[in-house]
Amino acid sequence: MHYDAIIIGAGMSGLAAGIRLAMYDKKVVVLERHYVWGGLNSFYQFKGHQFDVGLHAMTNYAVKGARGLPLTRLLKQLRIRWDELDLHQQGFSSVSFPGVKLKFSNEFELLRSEVARAFPNQIDGFDALTRAVREFNELDLDAPQQDARPVVRRFITDPLLEDMIFCPLMFYGSAREHDMDWDQFVVMFKSIFFEGFARPQQGVRHVLKLLIDRYRKAGGELRLKTGVARILHENGRATGVALDDGSTITADTVLSSAGLVETGQMVGAAVGAAVGATPSGRLDGPPHGPPHGAAPTGKLSFTETISVLDRPARELGIEETIVFFSNTARFNYEQPADDVDTSSGVICMPGNFALPQEPNDHLVRITNIANYDRWAGMARDVDLRSAPVMRTSGPHAVGSGATSQTAADQRSTSQDYHAAKQRWYEQSCADVLAHVADFRPHVKLVDMFTPRTIRHYTGHEGGAVYGSPQKRRTGATGIEGLYIIGTDQGFLGIIGAALSGISMANRWVLQQSPEPAA
Amino acid sequence: MTDDQIKQAIIAIINDINPDEDTSNIDPAVRLREQLDLDSMDFLDIVMELRKRYGVHVPDTDYMELASLDSCVNYLRDKMAGKVLA
Ligand SMILES: Cc1cc2nc3c(=O)[nH]c(=O)nc-3n(C[C@H](O)[C@H](O)[C@H](O)COP(=O)(O)OP(=O)(O)OC[C@H]3O[C@@H](n4cnc5c(N)ncnc54)[C@H](O)[C@@H]3O)c2cc1C
Repeated sequence: MHYDAIIIGAGMSGLAAGIRLAMYDKKVVVLERHYVWGGLNSFYQFKGHQFDVGLHAMTNYAVKGARGLPLTRLLKQLRIRWDELDLHQQGFSSVSFPGVKLKFSNEFELLRSEVARAFPNQIDGFDALTRAVREFNELDLDAPQQDARPVVRRFITDPLLEDMIFCPLMFYGSAREHDMDWDQFVVMFKSIFFEGFARPQQGVRHVLKLLIDRYRKAGGELRLKTGVARILHENGRATGVALDDGSTITADTVLSSAGLVETGQMVGAAVGAAVGATPSGRLDGPPHGPPHGAAPTGKLSFTETISVLDRPARELGIEETIVFFSNTARFNYEQPADDVDTSSGVICMPGNFALPQEPNDHLVRITNIANYDRWAGMARDVDLRSAPVMRTSGPHAVGSGATSQTAADQRSTSQDYHAAKQRWYEQSCADVLAHVADFRPHVKLVDMFTPRTIRHYTGHEGGAVYGSPQKRRTGATGIEGLYIIGTDQGFLGIIGAALSGISMANRWVLQQSPEPAA
Repeated sequence: MTDDQIKQAIIAIINDINPDEDTSNIDPAVRLREQLDLDSMDFLDIVMELRKRYGVHVPDTDYMELASLDSCVNYLRDKMAGKVLA
């Protein structure tokens, strides 16, 4: 069987790319190693509850009919009506640091007035920064790379405000520690502060269902439990893939959402020299990165705790939809030396979106930066097809993230890992109490996932949610016919990853089609 | 296909690309981009749809010929001759 295109991964980028290709009658197959689609933004059932893996919020909110924004671009390209997304806006969110809180909402004016109130001598600089962000064209793939902090410091001289601006942008999309690329800063600033947050009543399931339906209707093929072991190539040109079961599939083009380092590994060390890769088989190449450096694995991974409350968080006085916090005036966005850094994080109350119906579960989700190696070291490495399941021993015991449903998966992992989850769950909750009311007496059920879970279910090395700090904006890999889509192409989050899949499918497949005969 | 049908064909494509857009009052003499939310990705889609529906090929270099409904008609008149509105 020969395909026009093979897409590795049924995450947001893979599905969106698949829809584009299927729509225009390309013979396309999406190959996904996991037994469910969604990738970093999937869903699962745990003790009869429906949980999302990723979704706190969809960024890039746009009102119906808004022009020229990423969300509307995405809807048009995938032929989805605005109403179908079922988006409901946040109430308001905040950035909360010691002694100072800045509220923001989908109306930018709220953030501006909060900055003027809390940092009166910085507001002119903030306005100038806002203009610089507005005027920068982040879609120019050829713009030279520059660091964001020096640019921001031209406008903002108070380090506290600087860190408060960076905090949400980094948590929601920085693969780099300490700083961001300026273009990535602009993307995130616009998507969070200018455009804002919303979510469908049913969370990420709803978004994924729309994508899957579109893809199938357009004639696309999806194969689950189908991992790609190797990417095949001859004379510097991709020819297809070899699957985990040893069979091969050929295609003219391969689009990979597995990540830059991971894709390099599938290409194999043997061609390293030919594609300018390091001996480890990592891809080297085109723009945005040192010309001869290998793409490093990202260092930023996260734990996420999910607490199910016995009542809406609102009734406990927690009004925000999302709180980005730091317990220290300097915000450290870096891989922690310990298992988890609970001194900063993101607290999400999904029930505080303006949803038409109160959700079945009243949730508080807390995200903290975590150290992959430490979590990976706690339990023996299990491969992707035999998922770990943590058994819960009491109503407050911590379950596993992304729980699998098959009996074969019911193998317990090391006690270490289990105990660490319990301990860090408690620490994580204790360290948010300067920012939200104490919800702990109202917790009915708890689940938690770790960097190890993320690595396990999505294949991202190091559990690096935002991928490698080096991006491949053009998608090119040095192997003709093999292109990077999704996180490591440089656009992430739900909307970003989907737009990445779309633009790479357009650029490398649809716009390459030869003229029809006659 | 008549000139009017060519316009209809283009409008039908735009409606499919952006069902949330009101296309009832397009001025055929004015650039589409100035009246509607259409970016370069959407023009690619107009071209792709023309190929899919009518087998008409528009090379990259001719994209600007599709700027307004009137220019679409002028450019597509020969290419769409004998085709039936899809
Ligand atoms: C805890 C958490 C919270 C998040 N919260 C939000 C949020 O609130 N809002 C937001 O917008 N974004 C959020 N994100 C980020 C968002 O989920 C990602 O940026 C986005 O989903 C990335 O999509 P992708 O297609 O690039 O990659 P992925 O989703 O990782 O897709 C890659 C897919 O490829 C598959 N794969 C990998 N290797 C192979 C192989 N060899 N063979 C076959 N298949 C393979 C993987 O299983 C995976 O399904 C969150 C992520 C996490 C982890």
